[in-house]
Amino acid sequence: MLSQIVAVTGVNLKSIRERAGSSAVAIIGIAGVVVVFVSVLSIAEGFRAAMAKAGDPQRIIVMRTGSDTEMTSGLSGEDARLIMDTPGILKGSNGPLASAELFVIVNHPLARSGTDANVPLRGVSPNVLQVRPEVKIVEGRMFETGRNEIVVGRAASRQFANLSVGNTVRWGENSWQVVGIFDANGSIAESELWCDARVLQPAYRRGNSYQSVYARLESIDSFQSVKDAMTADQRLRVTVIREPEYYAEQSRVLQSLVRYVGFAIAGLMGVGAVFGAVNTMYNAVASRTREIATLRALGFKGLPVVISVLTEAVVLSLIGGAIGGLLAYAAFDGYQTATMNWQSFSQVAFAFAVTPALLAQAMIYATIIGLLGGLLPAWKAARMPVVTALREL
Amino acid sequence: MKYLPLIVRNLLRRKIRTLFTTASIFIAFLLFGVLMALKAAFSMGVEVAGADRLMMIHRVSFIQPLPKSYLERMRPVEGITLISHANWFGGIYQDPSNFFANMAVDPETWLSMYSEYVVPDEQKRAWFADRTGAIVGADLAKRFGWKVGDRVPLKGTIYQKPDGSPWEFTIDGIYDSPVKGTDKTQFFFHYDFLNESVRGTFMADQVGWYLIKVANPAEADGVAKRLDSLFANSPAETKTATEKVFASDFAKQVGDIGAIVTAIAAVVILFILFVAGNAMAQSIRERTNELAILKTLGFTDGKVLAMVLLESSLVAVIGGGFGLLLASLIIAQGDPTGGFLPIFHFPPRDLVLGVALVLVLGVLAGLVPGLQAGRLKIVDALRRS
Repeated sequence: MLSQIVAVTGVNLKSIRERAGSSAVAIIGIAGVVVVFVSVLSIAEGFRAAMAKAGDPQRIIVMRTGSDTEMTSGLSGEDARLIMDTPGILKGSNGPLASAELFVIVNHPLARSGTDANVPLRGVSPNVLQVRPEVKIVEGRMFETGRNEIVVGRAASRQFANLSVGNTVRWGENSWQVVGIFDANGSIAESELWCDARVLQPAYRRGNSYQSVYARLESIDSFQSVKDAMTADQRLRVTVIREPEYYAEQSRVLQSLVRYVGFAIAGLMGVGAVFGAVNTMYNAVASRTREIATLRALGFKGLPVVISVLTEAVVLSLIGGAIGGLLAYAAFDGYQTATMNWQSFSQVAFAFAVTPALLAQAMIYATIIGLLGGLLPAWKAARMPVVTALREL
Repeated sequence: MKYLPLIVRNLLRRKIRTLFTTASIFIAFLLFGVLMALKAAFSMGVEVAGADRLMMIHRVSFIQPLPKSYLERMRPVEGITLISHANWFGGIYQDPSNFFANMAVDPETWLSMYSEYVVPDEQKRAWFADRTGAIVGADLAKRFGWKVGDRVPLKGTIYQKPDGSPWEFTIDGIYDSPVKGTDKTQFFFHYDFLNESVRGTFMADQVGWYLIKVANPAEADGVAKRLDSLFANSPAETKTATEKVFASDFAKQVGDIGAIVTAIAAVVILFILFVAGNAMAQSIRERTNELAILKTLGFTDGKVLAMVLLESSLVAVIGGGFGLLLASLIIAQGDPTGGFLPIFHFPPRDLVLGVALVLVLGVLAGLVPGLQAGRLKIVDALRRS
């Protein structure tokens, strides 16, 4: 039986070349589906990666109770001081490793279209680089305390106009000098512009108020005790969240939107590709009707015939899947883009990510399409009445 | 029409192929419809944005509020017929995933500003008189099963009550719109109610943005410039532009993602159609000698071609027609993402485009092999096996 399977399948695969036209149609069809599947999901994947990199489990975000984003939160200077002094927060050489921050949006033109976009401008404490040790200044220098200077995330300097070191930008009554570019491992922080929170407060008439406090914990396990201490404090009304959870929540809408669109389109196209594969395999079986009948007459069983047709279908779809995967990888992996994050209404920049897991998913998907497409024709080939089939032209 | 049985017989000769060809065309047009709806959704209502409505925001960004006193200062400006304003409230109904836009507005000017929102007169009067009342879009009411008279609590985010309790609103009316593509997922309540609650704080007497109706849309840009110069060099400078400009800038902020997805899928749709068209043409090409027999029997070239065209068009119309129909049914269910694509509809222009594509597909797939067959001499065609 096994030798029969090998023999028939071998003949089948070798003769693919003779049916190049219809095989190519199936291959290209499946490649198309895989390109769409991979490229659309690489958007969601890239966005997720940028968000995930921003989250350090040893870091917490403290906001006002009832706020689900920094945008809607508000903390007084006194609140911020109380939060920073909570035991369990890591201490540095000059006080706790915590940064009281202000998050505003400024209208600034996009580099690609010249039209205004909502660009996130974050006021941070001077010790922010110790609170976020993954952030490195890669060009120029850090802003100086008390001056109208900004440092710009690497992605932001690419996506928005006129943000290179040495330039001066003006928003409302205030002008700011760009003094440095920072890198944050490709995380969402790179979409932001940073300045001294104390300078931002008067510029945006925020008095002595903040929106959030970012703090590093002494250890990952001290989260609960720190959270309990802050929520028990009668003077504070705050929520305490681990950073990764906060960013996961911030990316939920955009991710589910992209995934919904991606799966719906790739799913529908998959159905289309199955139909294409069915047609191709029917042609393949029809063109070899006499051949298959001859084999059957020689004593070959139905099963080897079925397996040979299915194998051919799967081989075609794997070729298509590989081509599609490579195309999507070449075209989209690392593609830099920016979009609106619906939860903060501000721009986020990130790179599409075609991950190995995504490619593997795509190959599985291609195989399923091939199997479904080959099933009916294989069944037909195996059940063909030998005598009538031999008589076929 | 008397040849219809012959055409149907031809189609049924290879049932599986006809079935799958029709099915691929069906899928292609289903995709087409869904994509067009997504494209319209991503363009953020540019199509329905009023050209006679100006929007004014703080020059630095839309999150900075503008003083309420600007209203009186704008009134004397020439070319303005109506001014209204709104504040983004950002309230949460039960859970953040139940997102929808909720805003504090000035009820009477708001409904005159958006004359496309249709509210029954008695509901309108009830809302104007009810300080804690709200009106909601028909789609939103459907989504949560709200009826007129229901009490709806919204948890404040930007605006919080001192005791942290939610804000309670009464639904006084439901607005609908005869204009396709109008956002019917919004929630509007009285600005005065909001403003009273923040009296004495820095949030008092501030509005999020102004809407200004101009007498003549052609002069909208000039009016916008006059308004901006009115507030130049003040602590709150303004940026004024037509609603259309804001909508299209907003769509640009969403960026190339929508464009990339649409472009890829458009290529794939064309590809599916090419393959299907090819299969249809193939099934006719295979029968060239039969067409020759028909001609031997006295059928004219024109008649043969007409039959071939009818056959391919039948497949295209059945597949494409059902595809577009199902797409419209799916799209009519509304926004599939739960609030983030409020404008989700099948633009009539694109529906027409879809129907045109169906016909082009049917004609092209039959025309090419039909003409080829017509050009052959009967003898040669009969000799082909």
